[in-house]
Amino acid sequence: MIRRLVLWLDDRLGAASFARKALRKAFPDHWAFMLGEVALYCYIVLVLTGVFLTFFFTPSGQDVVYTGPYAPLRGARMSAAYASMLVLSFEVRAGLVMRQIHHWAANVFVAAIAAHAMRIFFTGAFRRPREINWIIGTCLLLLAMAAGFTGYSLPDDLLSGTGIRIAYSVLLSVPVIGTWAAYLFFGGEFPGPGTIQRFLSLHIMILQALIVGALSLHLIIVWHQKHTQFRAPGRTEDTVTGSPLFPNYTLKSIGLMFAVFAVLAFLGGMVQINPIWLYGPYDPTTVSAPAQPDWYVGWLEGLLRLFPNWQINLWVVQIPEPFFPGVLIPALLFLIYALWPFIEQAATGDRSVHHFLDRARDAPARSGFGVAGVAFMALLTLAGSNDILAHVFGVPVEWITEILRGAVIVVPVVFGWATYALCRELKKQQEEPKPLWHALRRGATGGYAEDERR
Amino acid sequence: MSPAERRVAAALTVSILGSAGLGVVYALGGQAQLEGVLLSIALGGLAAGLAAWALGLLPPEQVTDRREPQSSRPEDRIAITSELERGKEDLTSRRTLARLLLGALATFGAVMFFPIRSLGPAPGRSMFHTKWTAGAYVVDSLGRRVRAGEMSTQSVITVFPEGDLGSAVSQALLIRVDPTLLRLPPSRMDWAPYGYVAYSKFCTHAGCPVGLYRAAAHQLLCPCHQSTFDVLDGARPIFGPTTRALPQLPLRVDSDGYLRAAGDFSAPVGPGFWELPPS
Repeated sequence: MIRRLVLWLDDRLGAASFARKALRKAFPDHWAFMLGEVALYCYIVLVLTGVFLTFFFTPSGQDVVYTGPYAPLRGARMSAAYASMLVLSFEVRAGLVMRQIHHWAANVFVAAIAAHAMRIFFTGAFRRPREINWIIGTCLLLLAMAAGFTGYSLPDDLLSGTGIRIAYSVLLSVPVIGTWAAYLFFGGEFPGPGTIQRFLSLHIMILQALIVGALSLHLIIVWHQKHTQFRAPGRTEDTVTGSPLFPNYTLKSIGLMFAVFAVLAFLGGMVQINPIWLYGPYDPTTVSAPAQPDWYVGWLEGLLRLFPNWQINLWVVQIPEPFFPGVLIPALLFLIYALWPFIEQAATGDRSVHHFLDRARDAPARSGFGVAGVAFMALLTLAGSNDILAHVFGVPVEWITEILRGAVIVVPVVFGWATYALCRELKKQQEEPKPLWHALRRGATGGYAEDERR
Repeated sequence: MSPAERRVAAALTVSILGSAGLGVVYALGGQAQLEGVLLSIALGGLAAGLAAWALGLLPPEQVTDRREPQSSRPEDRIAITSELERGKEDLTSRRTLARLLLGALATFGAVMFFPIRSLGPAPGRSMFHTKWTAGAYVVDSLGRRVRAGEMSTQSVITVFPEGDLGSAVSQALLIRVDPTLLRLPPSRMDWAPYGYVAYSKFCTHAGCPVGLYRAAAHQLLCPCHQSTFDVLDGARPIFGPTTRALPQLPLRVDSDGYLRAAGDFSAPVGPGFWELPPS
């Protein structure tokens, strides 16, 4: 049966010789190499659950009165979009679990991409010849964040509406074109009539087309360039050793896929996420406190909260405050992140091909920068919840803000330097291994000699 | 069955039971938590079964691939460059036509951007004013006209100009304070009759509603990014990421005792933008 199918296909496509090699392709085994796969499988869940959600979502800001089964909101005025998500959550069978799995998958998707990016960074897997794929990867992280933000904005609840409000203000702050850009993008002064419909187009068409395109390219390049691997006895720069794609790696990877699905299903069923019926419908004159975005937007929110009130006055025009923390700094950070392979090449002068991975200690400066960057982002994310921190510690929120303003500068420097020093020390020890033992030997002439074994 | 086979069989059986349970729950009308858990069991069983199979039953085979150099053969590298150059030469040798082609593409490209203009209205001066006009009645969130004397000191409500209820732009906070405490600039001395002051509720930083009033300190606090404004001093910013005061609404009390606006806000409301002249 298999034989006949294979021959039938090969007669028409001539794919047998490629497929034969492909099935025996070597996939190095290491747990950290699976982070990217976790992201891929989250994306599959997002597409499957997302298609289901589109069947029930009404992309409209039109005013309706709720009459459904959720008593606390009965009679409340809300947008048709919000009402449709209440119907999905309370009246469509398996609707709520689908929505929650979708939302959880989005959070894990971005987390998996971030973890994957860190793995690539700290092992130096972005070095020549893989610079292009690193840049595609940074684009994918950006696209995933944009897809997440446009997605959780769609239900038009009070929390996400406030997020769009802030996004509008940040767009408005861009010099020269800000006002026009905001009016065109949102269809007028906030809350523009087209917001939800446009966010839906972005979320389900434009961003997904870009993600699928970039993801395909990313995988094709990985396949073509072959995997990196850690050093081990018997491995060389010109070869790559691992499990064959079929059957070993296929079985393992599909197992991982089902494991990711299982975790997301459990979270979607048992751990409530984005309970929009508790937030209420969006109303531009109301706000909830505390209000936090999804985790991956937290650092942007933190930047907005921490950044001092700078505003540049240029005679008759101005650059308002949100431009610096909302546009300029994130753009610079992303630029450094995306161009890191070239920055490192310029700094070290090492432009040669690397297929062996570094350990963190092998490149102390890179590891130091990486840890400093992660600490910086983590502190900014914390700053996005400064009101919660103030509540937890029972101190004024102003204190938390002032402390974090200092901490985002000092802590990354300290962490980065400590990592650098630690890695350098480890590297030194590795290069000149300490003797395992010393032995003092008394010679026949009565003198002493020292033996050591390395 | 070997122990490894038993592990695989057990995991796959659990998966089947999970799927069957999910089917039953769904048929009976569904329940979110059960659906999630049973779906998780069905998928988790598959995951465990496949993992046990891959790790316990397949021979632990390792293969080694040779890496070919990333670059193509030297002759191909030279050939592609010269072929591209030859093609370019063919196109650019007809200089006038080549320029016309570029011109046609560029003009068409520019026209392609025109539909962007259809996406929204021109901002014009719309950012500079609100629906508040001299004489507009001050109404509360239910649309009732507010009368002087119906609020006690230290109370605060959200108000709108009559006819623009719920507006994101016109929303204002009406606060009654002890008039002897007010430190308004001289030009605004008569803007706060009986201690009623009204400020835009539209934060000058990122546009959130300035929703928190610390009555004891007479401070307005925006819950989004903690911009803090001094209510007694013309809503001057005293903490947080904003530089501009909340615009103040001039109020008066008419002969029937109703609160009315004496004009639009003291400045354009909401977050800053390029065309907003520095104050």
